Amino acid sequence: MVTRRVLLLSCLATPALAQDRFITLASTTSTEQSGLFGHILPLFTRATGIAVRVVALGTGQALDVGRRGDADVLLVHDRAAEDRFVEGGFGGPRRQVMYNDFVLIGPGADPAGIAMTRDVGEALRRIAGARAPFVSRGDRSGTHAAELRLWQEAGVDPVAGRGQWYREVGQGMGPALNTAAAQDAYLLSDRGTWLAFRNRQGLKVLVEGDARLLNQYGVIPVSPQRHPHVKAAEAASFVEWLIGPEGQAAIAGYRIGGEPLFFPNATDG
Amino acid sequence: MGDLGSAVLAAIALIRDGDPAMLGILGLSLRVSLTALGIAALVGLPLGALLAVARFPGRHALVIGLNALMGLPPVVAGLLIYLLLSRSGPLGRFGLLFTPTAMVIAQAALIAPILAALSRGVLEALWEEYADQLRSFGAGPWRAVPTLLWDGRFALLTVLLAGFGRAAAEVGAVMVVGGNIEGFTRTMTTAIALETSKGDLPLALALGLVLMAIVLGVNMLAQALREAAGRGGA
Amino acid sequence: MLPIRAEAVDYAAGGVPILRGVTLTLEAGPPCLIIGPNGAGKSVLLRLLHGLLRPAAGRITPAAAIRGAMVFQRPVLLRRSVLGNLRYPLALAGLGREEQARRAAAALDRVGLAALAHRPARRLSGGEQQRLALARAAALAPDVLFLDEPCASLDPAATRAVEAIIAGIAAEGCKIVMTTHDLGQARRLAGEVVFLNRGRVVEQSPAAAFFAGPASAEAAAFLRGELLW
Repeated sequence: MVTRRVLLLSCLATPALAQDRFITLASTTSTEQSGLFGHILPLFTRATGIAVRVVALGTGQALDVGRRGDADVLLVHDRAAEDRFVEGGFGGPRRQVMYNDFVLIGPGADPAGIAMTRDVGEALRRIAGARAPFVSRGDRSGTHAAELRLWQEAGVDPVAGRGQWYREVGQGMGPALNTAAAQDAYLLSDRGTWLAFRNRQGLKVLVEGDARLLNQYGVIPVSPQRHPHVKAAEAASFVEWLIGPEGQAAIAGYRIGGEPLFFPNATDG
Repeated sequence: MGDLGSAVLAAIALIRDGDPAMLGILGLSLRVSLTALGIAALVGLPLGALLAVARFPGRHALVIGLNALMGLPPVVAGLLIYLLLSRSGPLGRFGLLFTPTAMVIAQAALIAPILAALSRGVLEALWEEYADQLRSFGAGPWRAVPTLLWDGRFALLTVLLAGFGRAAAEVGAVMVVGGNIEGFTRTMTTAIALETSKGDLPLALALGLVLMAIVLGVNMLAQALREAAGRGGA
Repeated sequence: MLPIRAEAVDYAAGGVPILRGVTLTLEAGPPCLIIGPNGAGKSVLLRLLHGLLRPAAGRITPAAAIRGAMVFQRPVLLRRSVLGNLRYPLALAGLGREEQARRAAAALDRVGLAALAHRPARRLSGGEQQRLALARAAALAPDVLFLDEPCASLDPAATRAVEAIIAGIAAEGCKIVMTTHDLGQARRLAGEVVFLNRGRVVEQSPAAAFFAGPASAEAAAFLRGELLW
């Protein structure tokens, strides 16, 4: 077990090759912590000679970093916020890259009884009705935005339960999962982070497969007009590679336990 | 076996195998924290000595300010340096954000006030003893500063260790300005934070144990140095 | 630096007068012992004459930041070796390295500490520490050397050694100005005596005359061992 952990650490922490050419990619904790980058980025670097420095943040923070010009390219998952970023002239064009899905996770005992339903709206209404503990990211991340959208579509305002059953942790996916595991709470997670997450305790996937749980990722180069220092050429080759056949195949090839974590769909966009 | 047990075993394995990725992270942690310590010492120790010997208007306020800065949350120090170094900030054109240099700057900013405040306390006691004698030798406050720094060197070693401990242990500042980039700005503490958020608590704890072992080693080395010097003279 | 003149010097600390109207002249010559009861202001007078304190009124000439060298009642030794302690003020005085080494070696020989040159100074015994402090001050070759109760906490053997060193320094022409509460020591060392009581100079006389028959009733009472106030 120890050896396996060390190997995992090694592949996450491979020292960067001493490349002069590099780009800074601001992305989400879900993509980094799922291990996707560890799989696909070495392939990109081998193909182009461009190293990628990943700063993993929530989508909201990643967009802020892009707005300030502190990254060359963004890979994020909050369509509405992405569109505002592009409309604001901070970067673009936004290209669709891949998707996976969100899953509604909760304690195996399932006190709100949501495991029977496949309707995420109904599940959220039952959680609110039962006033069962629910952990929210509360950090302006893509997952947080998706969660808020789902509550709204379900016709429930969880803010009323704030400080009681609705608990905003203001942290990344992993800490939120740790919190939910400790409190036997429900929460919304992206599937990739969930699959890679180890401290599950009693947590289980209770609701999945609803079309509204789609989690779409987009890639956006930061505007060189707005920030002249950005590495526009390198960022463009990253985007081209990612939405091209090699990148798409690399994404499809990343699996944990035989299960794919992300589904390339650049050509659909 | 419980998580604690696996953590200890994992820590032993990490050290025994000399896992290259971990060694890289550990090396960066030490390099960043020791460089930050060196820079902070160049500023903080003379400032502390000057505050111990000099009497000028505003000194009292400065001392209180430095004492308060000892409690500066690392993430706040990190945020201030982030805003300075960001491409949209005043020092943006140097492109230092998300580099080890940024982490050094943030940690130096974090611990320089600690070194200044602690060394002022230590050196003020020494100055009380030395003041008349040094004035009798004709040494003014400016000349007294290097004398106090040299003669207080053993007490200052403890001050430096406190600063090093703070730098090596903090995660807030390096996370914000370094970005926890794998193989580039990932340190022991940000790796611990990452493994924690991935739910791999035993590995996170194992890394923590390794870090503590290294900090303990540095402290023991300093203690040995102090004892050897104490025997030799001075 | 000599002669040093104090003219109508007042000094107070925290509103409490310590010295009042002190006038005296220190000329080159044999050691001057400042004696008087506890609280008479002996240490303060020494610090004023050396330049560590400024008079509240009156003046001391020559006007210099520091006059001569001084050894304190409890020697202040730097956290360095014996040799390091000797060289520190010499370096501060701007002497070259060779001159520093020459004077330090001579000073160590004078006080019999040559064998301990590389010891940490603060590990020396009380008597050795005071001898080192004397050697350090004398190495500066001052024309006047102020000594504040240099034997106050020493045993008789160490006191004898320190007195011999003081006499040797005086014999080389350095003016010794020294406070003591030990009348025997004053008799042994003094060429002249300044008798201080309650912040005033009561008399300044040649030692032989003073001890044979002081001019003032206060000094006579002090010599008889009576309490003064």
